[in-house]
Amino acid sequence: MATFNVNDIRNDFPILSEKAYGKPLVYFDNAATSQKPKVVIDALVNYYMHDNANIHRGVHFLSQRASEAFDNVREKVRAFINASSEKEIIFVKGTTEAINLVAATYGRKNIGKGDEILISAMEHHSNIVPWQLLCEEKGAVLKVIPMNDKGELLLDKLNTLLTERTKLVSLVHVSNSLGTINPVKHIISLAHQKGIPVLIDGAQSTAHAPIDVQDLDADFFAFSGHKILGPTGVGCLYGKLPLLEEMPPYQGGGEMISSVTFEKTTYNEVPYKFEAGTPNIADVIALGTAIDYWNNLDRPGAVAWEEELLEYATSKISAIPGVRIIGTAEKKAGVLSFVIEGVNAMDAGMYLDTKGVAVRTGQHCTEPVMLRFGVPGTLRASFMFYNTKEEIDCLMENLGKAIQLLQPQTAL
Amino acid sequence: MNTMQEIEDEIVEDFNLFDGWEEKYQYIIELGQKLPALDVKYKVDEYKIKGCQSSVWLHGEEREGKLFFMADSDSTFVKGEIALLINVLSGQPADEILNAKLEFIDKIGLRQHIAVTRANGLSSMIKQMKTYAFAASNHSKQI
Ligand SMILES: Cc1ncc(COP(=O)(O)O)c(C=O)c1O
Repeated sequence: MATFNVNDIRNDFPILSEKAYGKPLVYFDNAATSQKPKVVIDALVNYYMHDNANIHRGVHFLSQRASEAFDNVREKVRAFINASSEKEIIFVKGTTEAINLVAATYGRKNIGKGDEILISAMEHHSNIVPWQLLCEEKGAVLKVIPMNDKGELLLDKLNTLLTERTKLVSLVHVSNSLGTINPVKHIISLAHQKGIPVLIDGAQSTAHAPIDVQDLDADFFAFSGHKILGPTGVGCLYGKLPLLEEMPPYQGGGEMISSVTFEKTTYNEVPYKFEAGTPNIADVIALGTAIDYWNNLDRPGAVAWEEELLEYATSKISAIPGVRIIGTAEKKAGVLSFVIEGVNAMDAGMYLDTKGVAVRTGQHCTEPVMLRFGVPGTLRASFMFYNTKEEIDCLMENLGKAIQLLQPQTAL
Repeated sequence: MNTMQEIEDEIVEDFNLFDGWEEKYQYIIELGQKLPALDVKYKVDEYKIKGCQSSVWLHGEEREGKLFFMADSDSTFVKGEIALLINVLSGQPADEILNAKLEFIDKIGLRQHIAVTRANGLSSMIKQMKTYAFAASNHSKQI
């Protein structure tokens, strides 16, 4: 394993040498989706060129090869998040589907009238709306852990928020709009003291540091392949085996059954019980390649580099007058969210776009966070280990120009 | 007063002079910064356009069979877009505004650079202007 060197790493990602409007692309929208190393792109092409067949159904050569490649990925994911068994890994479309799956199965079965589901004030819409739908259906109540002005959860409220009626806690690990790293291990242990299971939304955290679901003692853990160098359309739900075994199936169809008659159908075992229909074979296989890439990476080196980038960007932006950082938690990862006095975030984002700098503007699917901070939206630069300090300099320089152009001139 | 077609052609010609998206953007921002201020009494919910990601307030007035628009937004770029629309539509007869195809928007390549949500906002602004025109046109027919 080579020690981490960002210039070498960049060669692995073909898109990083793209141009936008004739200027070198500076990609700071990694929290929305990560770029893909060439090996992942090759894996997709290779699968369709050489291996394409439906899996678990054919006796023929190709089907067996595709099935084997597919099945291997479950073990790769298991090791990637240190689950105790392959059976605990369910392939889904992404974090959103993973959370909806838990709401539709575990939630429907175990949550009833007057019961409570606890989330936090910094959840992505995908960890709010599925619970609201469930609450509406069941007459359950959604409760929210508040946060302070830095974007840190108020843990001292947990004692009163975790009640007899709390049936599930569902919590984001790293906030996509603030960057806050939540102390999920601690919160899980508090919830477990009261016998309450916890789902962790790992959509952002999985890209930033190694995950160990057993160490966290998470009951469910959800993440998306496309945010961790893999393709879109594939993600995983981890669930502790005893919980999964108790849960009713999600969707009905092929693969998820063991026997079907018109009188009675029996279901396949975990995890197949939750994977109805032909799965996303190509993308699962390419996700496996993405995990191989992580395994071959100097992970501590990459984590340290990313932290250095965030620190560098934070200190640089703090020197620009009129900029206010939204999300100043002590522990942060990957995300620099900010507003500029007198400047509309989208106007500034579009200016940066004309310079080839890709950031995101708006509410980042976290409208309640924007309300909490009293801003209509923010600009968000989000980093990945393949970004450089020169790119941050480019962002800052053009941000200065954007402010000069867009800020109302005070009369001389 | 020039016809709408003449004004549209002029805008397209102006935009043809620009080298790329960066220059177009800066020009639209400039237009936005020069857009005359909207009277604060119109900056209330009643005049706010739904469907825009940014806040946009639009007021229309009929004078001697012609419609005049004034508007404001919290986004300078959106104000620039409004300035272009006002340039073409404001001061024109209601019937013509109703029938306006506004082909210049595609010709200057605006839509391809703005996110879908913003393109929807642009459509909402046009729709609102046409709603004013529709009301004015019906009103004049009744007389
Ligand atoms: C914290 C968080 N949760 C959930 C999601 C949803 O992920 P996906 O759209 O891949 O299902 C995202 C992605 O934007 C996210 O950042």
